[in-house]
Amino acid sequence: MNDRAAETRSVVVEREIPFPPEKIWRALTQPHLIAEWLMENDFKPAVGHRFNLRGEWGGVLDCEVLVVEPNRTLSYTWDFTHAEAAYNLKSVVTFTLTPTHAGTRLRMEQIGFRPDQKQAFGGAKAGWQQFFAKLEQVVARPE
Amino acid sequence: MPTAHDVILRTLADPTRRAIFERLCRDGEQTVGALKARSGVSQPAVSKHLGVLKQAGLVRDRHEGRQTHYSAQPGALAPLVEWTIQMTRFWERRLDRLEHLLKRMDQ
Repeated sequence: MNDRAAETRSVVVEREIPFPPEKIWRALTQPHLIAEWLMENDFKPAVGHRFNLRGEWGGVLDCEVLVVEPNRTLSYTWDFTHAEAAYNLKSVVTFTLTPTHAGTRLRMEQIGFRPDQKQAFGGAKAGWQQFFAKLEQVVARPE
Repeated sequence: MPTAHDVILRTLADPTRRAIFERLCRDGEQTVGALKARSGVSQPAVSKHLGVLKQAGLVRDRHEGRQTHYSAQPGALAPLVEWTIQMTRFWERRLDRLEHLLKRMDQ
């Protein structure tokens, strides 16, 4: 884990999907297919390509392709600029495909930070991720 | 204008302060003396950290005789997990759609 990952919040969603990685890769990288499950877009599977994801709610995400390893890893930035600073978001979304006997394990990880908070996170470093993992339990506890 | 979110994150970015808060979450109400004994920092330092935690709404204090007891306010963390919860819900729904799409797609 690099420093940046340690300073951020992350969301991980994993699924076992009964289809081969090649098929899932198409759904992750072909614009007309991406539009069907994620958002309208002008995506191209080329590192450095900048594109937008346009949400049904009218929001537009600014993205840039970071990693393209066919049938294995796809990563792009997922930034949202909002007039109200509290809604600003800089993040990176990474899809990882691992073949299994039944199909594919799909892992989506989004790591995010708000630019103005980066410095505030400086003191946290290691232990931060683990701490966040515990937060939900703490919050779920009755007062 | 810092949001509640910013205040909580800045407050918990300090490892010593975070350790004190975690201890209160785990072990329940404690006095400054008890916290000092286990944190390895001086009593004024512990008191200062508790003051910052209190200001951020993360702990509350209760006076009993000459002792002050501190306890965690776990509800104060709600703004912090909101983003994570929202994004997790978002991705769960999108991946449901992805799975439906995969069923419809040609091989």
